[in-house]
Amino acid sequence: MSGALESVSLDRMFRGERLLLEAHNLKKYFPVRGILFTKGYVKAVDNVTLGIPRGKTLGLVGESGSGKTTLGRVILRLEEPTSGRIVFDGQDVTRLKGRALKEFRRRAQIIFQDPYGSLNPRKTVYSLIAEPMKVHGVRVEDTREYIIKLLYQVGLNETHLYRYPHEFSGGQRQRIAIARVLALRPEFIVLDEPTSALDVSVQAQILNLLKDLQRTYNLTYLFISHDLGVVRYMSDYIAVMYLGKIVEMASSDELFEKPLHPYTKTLLSSIPIPDPKIAKSKARIRIPGEPPSPYNPPSGCRFRTRCPIAVDKCLSEPPLEEVERGHWVACWRPGEL
Amino acid sequence: MECDPIVEVKDLRVYFYTYAGVVKAIDGVSFKICRGETYCLVGETGCGKSVTSRAITRLIYPPGRIVSGEIYYYPEPGKRVNIMQLSESELRRLRGEEISYIFQDPSAALDPLYVLGYQVGETMLAHKRVKSVKEGMRRAVEVLRTVLMPDPEKRASSYPHELSGGMKQRGVIGISLSNNPKLLIADEPTTALDVTIQAQLMDLLLDLKRERGLTLLLITHNLGLVAEYCDRVAVMYAGNIVEEAPVEELFEKPLHPYTQALIRAVPNPTRRIEKLEHIPGTVPNLVKPPPGCRFHPRCPKAFDRCRVEKPPLKEYSDHHKAACWLYEE
Repeated sequence: MSGALESVSLDRMFRGERLLLEAHNLKKYFPVRGILFTKGYVKAVDNVTLGIPRGKTLGLVGESGSGKTTLGRVILRLEEPTSGRIVFDGQDVTRLKGRALKEFRRRAQIIFQDPYGSLNPRKTVYSLIAEPMKVHGVRVEDTREYIIKLLYQVGLNETHLYRYPHEFSGGQRQRIAIARVLALRPEFIVLDEPTSALDVSVQAQILNLLKDLQRTYNLTYLFISHDLGVVRYMSDYIAVMYLGKIVEMASSDELFEKPLHPYTKTLLSSIPIPDPKIAKSKARIRIPGEPPSPYNPPSGCRFRTRCPIAVDKCLSEPPLEEVERGHWVACWRPGEL
Repeated sequence: MECDPIVEVKDLRVYFYTYAGVVKAIDGVSFKICRGETYCLVGETGCGKSVTSRAITRLIYPPGRIVSGEIYYYPEPGKRVNIMQLSESELRRLRGEEISYIFQDPSAALDPLYVLGYQVGETMLAHKRVKSVKEGMRRAVEVLRTVLMPDPEKRASSYPHELSGGMKQRGVIGISLSNNPKLLIADEPTTALDVTIQAQLMDLLLDLKRERGLTLLLITHNLGLVAEYCDRVAVMYAGNIVEEAPVEELFEKPLHPYTQALIRAVPNPTRRIEKLEHIPGTVPNLVKPPPGCRFHPRCPKAFDRCRVEKPPLKEYSDHHKAACWLYEE
């Protein structure tokens, strides 16, 4: 029954906007094996419901181990969900197989964090881009022309066509990875920390490129990052994850200007601001300790062990509820910190 | 603000002799760190900030070599030690006892085969602060307590793999402070950690610095950390310091076009930004650096002189230095 309830709330979350992607009560548990039996589960993603309107970006933030990468992979069916539903462009893709799954994978792509690991060092730029096209049967009149056009779009040119990955810098490699994805004419791209390995001056180039491409092709992004400045710049909506759960979700400006969950507040006050005037006057909220293990998370609200305003009620789990218009929080005392 | 220097570096050059050619990683760097301040070296990958910090205690190994330059350490005002002329054993004493380091990756800094307490104690034994390993292990618990390690007795007998990244870095901070150094060099100490842990550790470093009257040299690529924790900043680009200023001044009135572009390229989370400005091109190859100012191929304001002549680092207003021909009459 709760599934039906949740889909109603998705409609309310993104009033009137057409959702390209929906995830309903998504769970991904990884078994931890003992000598004979499964000892328990790492609940990497635990009951996550979210949606992304077509042409928009949902930013996903959280610390390491919060489950943001797993969530991105489950949405693309790179990992099979333990339970829950994924809906893409109105079609349930959770159990797709064979040709239909392949077509879904063409339309929903991913760009990884490490541009050194994601490109085969033995292949030229040309074959790196042409091969996935062949696999997915993307037909064009002239493959070479098509690839050259793509290279120009990502800021490279035909002189790069027959070079190998090791001849490129990190930023250029990420451009190749972007061209390779674009060649398949996808509609949805999971960007998993696409600029974390890059320097700031190059990071800005790649972020702007991704924004331009989004406008040109009406792309929908799930942008995963731990860098809150980057997430704010890229996203229309933001979801904050903590130990496998979404604790807060709102429009980008709303989340940064009026964070309601104590974890979001702490996170925002922990990021160093590149402006000494703000940096030295801002409120400093510090939480003790480190995130608990997702293998054995606290009962009830998972943040309660570090939360400065936790009360007895937090022993039971708070649902993700709309506290203000378009602002969703999973907390018994939203906005009180 | 008179500067009582603790370290002074003059015209330092460090080259790396590789098969691909001579990499001029540091090419004429001069700066002073004042006693009690937090001085910051900021720049992108390969700009030479780490090499500069390691050269202070001559921690440069082949194929790298300090080609020229003077490095002085002042243990107290008026007393000068020429680091370039110290013997290996004098350097050993200097490193750790006077100047100590914290590096980026705490897992690489700790030996996986020994418990944390032993590693803290061993450092104190090496500098004759304690008489035996046993005493060192006992003292290690106190050291771990000062770096706010949760449950220090238990953690002293934990192996590195049993500790989280944040706890390991706390341990490393403990080791580097165990011999009461006067200057602490922290090279990207929080880059491998999550933001909430980063905030905890940076606060800890600053508290320890205040309590013990330390001087801190912070190496980072994160302009946020610079703004939040530093007093004076030097911006490095391709082996040179291109600008040096008090932190407020640097962010308010950056002089060098590279600094200006760098500040604008970082997305500030407190503001809504429509379009981020980026710096075209990439960092130059230091085997064959561009002639003249090394930033000129990427500089929107470059003119003829920048292409042939290297601009010196000069003071243009109070304590504000830049290496740029734009400000030369």
